[in-house]
Amino acid sequence: MFSSSLGKKYLMALSGLVLIGFVFVHMAGNLQVLLGQAQINAYAHSLQSLPWFILWGSRLFLLAAVLIHAFTAYSLIVENRKARPNLNEIEATKRAGLASLRMGLTGSILLAFIVFHLLHFTIRTIYPEYAEMMTTVGSPDGTEIHDAFLMVISGFKHDVISVFYVVAMGMLCAHLSHGFSSVFQSLGLRSESWRAKIDLVAIGYAWIIFVGFSIVPLSVLAQKHGIYEFYDPSFFSQEVEEKSLSTNLLNNES
Amino acid sequence: MKLTLKIWRQNGPSANGSFESHTLDGVSEDSSFLEMLDQLNEQLLGEGKEPVAFDHDCREGICGTCSLTINGHAHGPEDSTTTCQLHMRKFRDGETVTIEPFRANAFPIVRDLIVDRSAFDRIVQSGGFISVRTGSAPDGNAIPISKVDADNAMDAAACIGCGACVASCKNASAMLFTSAKAAHLNLLPQGQAEKDERAINMVKTMDEAGFGNCRNYGECSAACPKDISLDYIAKLNRDHAKAKLKKIFS
Ligand code: HEM
Ligand code: SF4
Ligand code: FES
Repeated sequence: MFSSSLGKKYLMALSGLVLIGFVFVHMAGNLQVLLGQAQINAYAHSLQSLPWFILWGSRLFLLAAVLIHAFTAYSLIVENRKARPNLNEIEATKRAGLASLRMGLTGSILLAFIVFHLLHFTIRTIYPEYAEMMTTVGSPDGTEIHDAFLMVISGFKHDVISVFYVVAMGMLCAHLSHGFSSVFQSLGLRSESWRAKIDLVAIGYAWIIFVGFSIVPLSVLAQKHGIYEFYDPSFFSQEVEEKSLSTNLLNNES
Repeated sequence: MKLTLKIWRQNGPSANGSFESHTLDGVSEDSSFLEMLDQLNEQLLGEGKEPVAFDHDCREGICGTCSLTINGHAHGPEDSTTTCQLHMRKFRDGETVTIEPFRANAFPIVRDLIVDRSAFDRIVQSGGFISVRTGSAPDGNAIPISKVDADNAMDAAACIGCGACVASCKNASAMLFTSAKAAHLNLLPQGQAEKDERAINMVKTMDEAGFGNCRNYGECSAACPKDISLDYIAKLNRDHAKAKLKKIFS
């Protein structure tokens, strides 16, 4: 089923479809940061408290989708280089846009971003102290839970990191503006009368994802640089991070 | 018109090729691109040089024999036009025109601008036919076919097998050609019996010939002199997936 050239296209499209669905849910989840500490902490906590097999099942499923997607992409690229070893003296195009011609580039930047993002906010090896941020705000039963809100604000207070996130989301926007409609072509689910509509939806979707994801780091940067106050300003002082960490250390010792 | 022609010269399949420049004066705006090359070859013969080898036959846009990548575009920059139907008035006086063969691993260069497109024949041999009892001719209109299907099949059958789709594709994919050849039979009642086999076998032969994987750029359809639609690629993707699934579950 998946060994032929078309089989690889089906794998690309199906794994891409899984990721398209995931980024939307993830974006909708993130937007709760705008609703404040209690909201996002409660949401993050509810995800963390899912039964282990659901939590790990979904994580493995997504990991498999990314690995299959990236592996198939690189094997397509390598095979295609072999299929056309000699370039033209003049390489011209009539219809193909940059988004489609640069899927491998935008995809590779996304792969790098995914690794960084996991180390940053999920495994928290880049700033290990993010794991120690605890609070009762947003907790369903008054016990201490992880302070996702504080972690996000602290994370995006670094200009370079926030800019990298926004640039990566720009890459995602480009990737999706071709990828979304490409899925329908690869799976054979479109016809001439639908083509223009699907292309429009793809571009709309890509922009919604870009704006939805970028709004969080941009809002934190805007507040840090005094442009607009989105959040409780006390989270922007250095002490709040330290206080959260020290109370946590005290708790651990007692 | 006076033109500088930058032309790919290659002595044989395994020889190393390179570009050669020639100046050609007195080109009529009304001549076709191939007539302009004929004129160049006259000049080369006069100078005692080897003429440029290029493919051509009908010179009226219906046989699919002419090829050439002109200024980076398969069959030149004009839409919906074969090289033989391209006219010199589309070029500027004094322009440098770069002429290359259709480049793809599956289309080995025979000499200069001539490439071997027999991989296309192998794809057609593997499924671009219907096996029917050849008795007396069937009655016209004995098999009802809807107008929509008939038109669609006819549009697919317009493919002349020139290979511009492969040459214009950055991935040297033959999906537009293969899908057109599969679709004009898969759309008609006569083609139904062998539909699944056809989809699987033609894709298999296409892969084995060394064509690249389609990545949905759409350059093929933009370069196609017969405007074959990307829909046929979507249809082959669909027919192939269905055929494979049926095979797995039967
Ligand atoms: C959040 C992550 C990602 C999403 C949502 C996504 C989505 C998609 C979609 C929907 C397609 C179209 C599939 C098709 O042609 O049918 C696609 C194609 C592609 N993706 Fe991704 N992708 C992601 C990550 C990546 C990564 C990490 C890579 C890097 C290796 C990558 C490389 C590619 C390439 C090269 C294509 C083009 C395949 C083709 O045109 O045939 N993608 N992607
Ligand atoms: S699909 Fe178009 S470009 Fe490709 S071989 Fe047929 S006529 Fe030529
Ligand atoms: S020579 Fe026949 S199509 Fe150009």
